Amino acid sequence: MAQTLYEKLFSRHVIKENKDTYLIYIDRHLVHEVTSPQAFEGIKLANRKIWRTKSILAVPDHNVPTTNRVDGIEDPVSRIQIETLDKNCKDHGLNQFKMNDPRQGIVHVIGPEQGSTLPGMTIVCGDSHTSTHGAFGSLAMGIGTSEVEHVLTTQCLLIKKFKTMRIEVGGELTTGVTAKDVALSIIGLIGTAGGNGYAIEFTGNVIRSMSMENRMTLCNMAIEAGSRAGMIAVDQKTLDYLEGKPYSPKGALWNKAVIDWEKLVSDEGAAYDKCIEVDGCLIEPQVTWGTSPEMVISINEKIPNPKSFKDKTVQKDYQRALNYMDLKHGLFPNEISLDKVFIGSCTNSRIEDLRAAANIVRSKKVAKNIKLALVVPGSGLVKKAAENEGLDKIFIDAGFEWREPGCSMCLAMNADKLEPGERCASTSNRNFEGRQGQGGRTHLVSPEMAAAAAIYGKFTDIREIDGSN
Amino acid sequence: MDPIKRHTGIVIPIDRANIDTDAIIPKQFLKSVKRTGFGPNLFDEWRYLDHGEPEQDNSLRPLNTDFILNQERYLGGSVLVTRENFGCGSSREHAPWALLDFGIRVILASSFADIFYGNCFKNGILPVVLEEEIIDNIFTNTFRNIGYSLSIDLECQEVKHEELLLSNFEIDDFQKHCLINGLDHIGLTLKEKMAIETFEKEYYLKFPWLN
Repeated sequence: MAQTLYEKLFSRHVIKENKDTYLIYIDRHLVHEVTSPQAFEGIKLANRKIWRTKSILAVPDHNVPTTNRVDGIEDPVSRIQIETLDKNCKDHGLNQFKMNDPRQGIVHVIGPEQGSTLPGMTIVCGDSHTSTHGAFGSLAMGIGTSEVEHVLTTQCLLIKKFKTMRIEVGGELTTGVTAKDVALSIIGLIGTAGGNGYAIEFTGNVIRSMSMENRMTLCNMAIEAGSRAGMIAVDQKTLDYLEGKPYSPKGALWNKAVIDWEKLVSDEGAAYDKCIEVDGCLIEPQVTWGTSPEMVISINEKIPNPKSFKDKTVQKDYQRALNYMDLKHGLFPNEISLDKVFIGSCTNSRIEDLRAAANIVRSKKVAKNIKLALVVPGSGLVKKAAENEGLDKIFIDAGFEWREPGCSMCLAMNADKLEPGERCASTSNRNFEGRQGQGGRTHLVSPEMAAAAAIYGKFTDIREIDGSN
Repeated sequence: MDPIKRHTGIVIPIDRANIDTDAIIPKQFLKSVKRTGFGPNLFDEWRYLDHGEPEQDNSLRPLNTDFILNQERYLGGSVLVTRENFGCGSSREHAPWALLDFGIRVILASSFADIFYGNCFKNGILPVVLEEEIIDNIFTNTFRNIGYSLSIDLECQEVKHEELLLSNFEIDDFQKHCLINGLDHIGLTLKEKMAIETFEKEYYLKFPWLN
C-alpha cells in the first residue's frame, strides 16, 4: 500500500503495539540545559542507567550569555543550570559541546550542521522546535522532561500515531519572499491549533526549490501551527547538505545509507488525513501584529478589526492582543516604529539568513530610533563562516552588535531581552506576551525584513529596497 | 505521581484561547533544576504587577487583583476551565509542574496543544477535552455561582456538578489506566527490555550507519 513519508518513518521504529499506543525506538536525543536537569535527577533517584549514551548530543544554548563568555556566566541561577548539564554529561560520559567549544550553538542548528541529524531517524529533544530536523526526512519532535527521562533510560517513547497533513506549496516564491514568510502565511491560514494532532509534510515546487536551511526554517515553525513534527522528503539537496559532515556516515556506509534515504519520500497516491494547497506566487513578506503567530498580515495589509470576526472569543483575544501590542486596527506595518531588532534563533540564524540580512544592511546605517540591533549567529561555526565572509563587518559597520551563539533574545533567558513596552522586529518564532522580556512587544519577520526594519526604523517592504534578492 | 480516579474541586475560569506555556510559567523560572516550587509563579506576568525573578519572596509582591487566581472566590480551586489550544508553544514541563504545584488537578478545555497534553498525564494532571458548548456552559455557571465546583470521574469518564451529569468525555485507555493507578511510564517500558534489545539488534543490522 502507498505510504506517506510519516508512515514510513513511523513504521520502521515500532517495537511494539498495544491497541493504538506504540513503543517506538529513538535514534537521536538532543539535550540542552533547561529541560534536562530534572530528568537526570530522576534517573539518579530511581537508580537507573542511560540506555544508549552514543545517541545523545548535548549543548548549552538557552541560558548562555552572548557577550564576554571568557568571564563565565554572571547570573548565578543560569550558571548552576549550565554547570549541572556539564556535570551530568561528564558523569554519564555523554558527547557535549560545552559553552566555549567552537562548535557550540543552538541545538537545532548544530544537529544538522554536525550531521548528527540524518534522514530516517527519530529525533527528540526537550524543546518544541525539534520539528526543525524534519527538514531532513526524519521524524523529529519536541518532548517534555518526563519523556526526556523516558528516552534517556529506555531509548523509546510511548506514543500514539499522528494524523497526517500534506501542505503543498506550489508555484514559485516571488523576489523578497522567504521560507519564513511561507511559514507565517501557513500559520495565518490554518491557525496555531491547525496542526494539533498532525504530522505535517511540506511538499510542492516551492519546497523542492528551497535550500536545506530554508526547509529547516519552515519545519521549525510547524510547531507554531500546532504540529509536533514537520517534515520534508529526502532529495539530492538533503544528500548534498549532509555529505562530509562530521557525524554523517562515510565511504561504503554512506553509499548504503543513500540507497535507503532515497526511499524516504511519500509514495505516489499515498493518502493523507488532510491536504492543503497554497499558491507560493501569492505569498508576500509577512509581519505578525499580535501575540500569537497566527496574528499575521502581509506587509501591505492593514491590521484587522477584531470585530470583523464572528467568534466572540476571537474578538476578545484579538482586542487583548492589540491592547498588549499598543496598536490599533487599520494600521499598516510600515506605520509601526520599532525600538530593537533581533536577528537570530533556531528559526533564522544560519549562514544563509545572515547573508540575506547582510545584503540589506550593506553600506547602510541602523536608524536612530533603534536602541539595539542584535545579530546572534546560530552556532560557533556559523559565526566563523560569517566572519570569513566579512558579514560581521557589514553588520558592525551598520551599527549592529555581533554576538556569541545561543538562543538569546528569542526567549530572553539570558541578559538579551526587551524592556517593558519596547517593540522588536524579530526573526524568532514566538510573539507571545512577554516572550522576549516582560511587557516586550514582538513582531515576527524574515531576516531580510528584520534587517530592513533596523535600517528604516520601521517595517518596510523589502521588495522596494536594494539587496532584496 | 498521585493517581486520579475521581476529583472534585472549585472551578477556576480563565476565559481565553491559545494560552501558551510562556504565560503559564515565564522563562526566568525555567532556570531552576528542580521539579517543584513553581506554584507561586504560575501565570506570573498576569498574577503580579511587578516583574518576578526566581528565589524571590512572592508573598511581598503586589498582586494584580483583576486576575482570576487572585480573586477570593476561586481560592483553593483545583479545576481549571479554559479555551481552545491550551498549553501551546514551548514543550516546557515546568508548565504542568507549576499548575500542579499550585493545586490544579484537572483542566477542562475545548482543545489542548499536543506536547502539553502529554506532559499533563506524566504529572498526575487530567486534561479533559469538552465540546465548546459545554465549556461555555461551565464558564457561565462558574461566573454566576460563587464556589461552583465540578466532579470529574475518570473511571466513568464523566463531568458532574453535584449529581447532575454535564458531559462524558473521551480519553485514551492507556493514559487513563496509568493515571488511575499512578503508574510510571518508564517502569512500564523497562518491562519491555528484551523486546527493545531484540529490536535494536535487527535495527542496526538493517541500518548499520546509525550504529
